Amino acid sequence: MNSTIGMILITIGLVFDFFGCLGLIRFPDVYNRLQASAKCITLGTCGILLGLVAFQGFTATGIKALLCLVFIILTAPVSAHALARSAYRSGVKPWEGTIMDEYEKDIKKIR
Amino acid sequence: MKRLRWLLGLILILALAAAIIFAPIPSMLKWQSDFLSRAFLCLLISAILCLYRVFRGPTAPDRAVAIDMLGILIVGFCAILSIPTGRDWYIDIGIAWALQSFIGIMALAKYLEGKDFDE
Repeated sequence: MNSTIGMILITIGLVFDFFGCLGLIRFPDVYNRLQASAKCITLGTCGILLGLVAFQGFTATGIKALLCLVFIILTAPVSAHALARSAYRSGVKPWEGTIMDEYEKDIKKIR
Repeated sequence: MKRLRWLLGLILILALAAAIIFAPIPSMLKWQSDFLSRAFLCLLISAILCLYRVFRGPTAPDRAVAIDMLGILIVGFCAILSIPTGRDWYIDIGIAWALQSFIGIMALAKYLEGKDFDE
């Protein structure tokens, strides 16, 4: 029973990982790539770690996996945000099909 | 022309998915359950897709994004490897790798922004 739940969770995580990487090579722009892959891969790895918890139960390994999950949920959005900000500040233009760009106005207001 | 490229990409993705499900497992990855070997193969193909973006990416932030995602994928590798081998310390490697990757990416973002490290 436990291993069945673990297999289902790991399968969900693997599907999200695969499609996140597909978005990483398929989208036209740094910002699109970032928003596809950061969300998908964070959820996918969290699914794999939850599957590990379901396989092992609340032993030392399972608790360490939960710790790792909390750490990834806390740090992955922070690093994605920092990368997007640094990409914009270093002068990477958005894709030409972009409809609106609010951050440009904000930067002009500050300067 | 655009339609042809789209169709070729679709065929490539379907071939990769079929390879994950039906390909023969190499003897290095033969564990007691078949499912975990397939899971490892799927993560391996995802990592190869990430590496394509590292090689090909037109700007430096593209490569940084791909390396960040590769770091999170490796935590998944460690989590899957700890089940069939029965060794606990793989998940310790995963925690350390997540921490290391986060610190490295923050430093890389600061560097790309063009600031010093103490601002």
